[in-house]
Amino acid sequence: MFENFFANPTTILMGGVTGFLFGFLLQKGGVTRFSVIVGQFLLKDFTVLKIMLTAIVVGSVGIYGMRALGFDIDLHIKATALLGNALGGLIFGAGMAVLGYCPGTAVAAIGEGSRHAVPGVIGMIVGAGLYAEVYPWVKANILNIGNIGKATLPSMTGWSAWWFILALFVLAMGIFNLIARLEQKKL
Amino acid sequence: MISIFKKARWSPYAVGTGIGILSWITFALMNKALGVSTTMVRTAGAVEGLVSETYVKSNPYFLKYLGTVAEPNPILEWQFSLVVMLVVGAFCASLLSSSRIQEAVPDLWRWRFGSSKRLRFAGAFLAGIVVIFGARLAGGCTSGHGISGGLQLAVSSWIFFLCLFASGIVTAWLLYGKGGKDHV
Repeated sequence: MFENFFANPTTILMGGVTGFLFGFLLQKGGVTRFSVIVGQFLLKDFTVLKIMLTAIVVGSVGIYGMRALGFDIDLHIKATALLGNALGGLIFGAGMAVLGYCPGTAVAAIGEGSRHAVPGVIGMIVGAGLYAEVYPWVKANILNIGNIGKATLPSMTGWSAWWFILALFVLAMGIFNLIARLEQKKL
Repeated sequence: MISIFKKARWSPYAVGTGIGILSWITFALMNKALGVSTTMVRTAGAVEGLVSETYVKSNPYFLKYLGTVAEPNPILEWQFSLVVMLVVGAFCASLLSSSRIQEAVPDLWRWRFGSSKRLRFAGAFLAGIVVIFGARLAGGCTSGHGISGGLQLAVSSWIFFLCLFASGIVTAWLLYGKGGKDHV
């Protein structure tokens, strides 16, 4: 198990550079703060939604754009198991509202100095161990429900990805506009 | 130029754009998608492996990520290194803008549950268990599913994203109610 502990140095270096930039951005964005994340769920502070929607729109234009231009870029789609995805999201959201962090922001929050993020991350490691224990049961009883493989919205509907990206862009702009009006009202 | 780095907060749209562009780089140059929660599985497996490797390698979930005894996968791989460096990136960002914190009990939590550190740490620990349980059940977390999956237009990720937000909003309102808004 520990014989092959390290991946090759290039892989580790690339992951490290990515993590450094990601952590830097998360902290500058303010999402390493409990108050910002819980503030989002209380619909007072919309930073989380702004960052996520912007990243999704920018990311999708780039990834699908590069593919359209003929670059050889693989997609990394996670399997669809409708019940697992939905139930997992519901459980995750509840935990995130109590913890005030998601996994990435909790780890970054430790870097910013947050003390309570430390027991949060330790809990995550323990949680991963517990999940491994119940995985055989989960696989047999939950992950087999609504299992439609690595589906994307374009692959399911047969429509071009660009329709969805356009719709996302319009939706994001609408939401950002609505948020801006809400924020103006409060001032 | 330096003054940008000294600024405590950047526009969320700028940060979102930065994360979007970072994902172009990981997809195009590294053939990887941003993610975090699988690393918790590798860490749990490695820690349990210190006690009994046979036990870890008999678990089908750990096998998926850590490989078999004959063909072990690396533990310190791309995402593991990413997660470790998240700490350093956030540390440097907060240091540059002198915005480091030592928060043990957040204000909102204190208003609702009191200033006991022990209670907050226990709450954070238990919530951490819940968070990763949900992430592994769904197949990813806010970065792997939310951002990486969302931008690939994955069905699984959009279901996760919508359920996460719905549940987070309901939970936060149940915990803190209307008055909570005045404490964040």
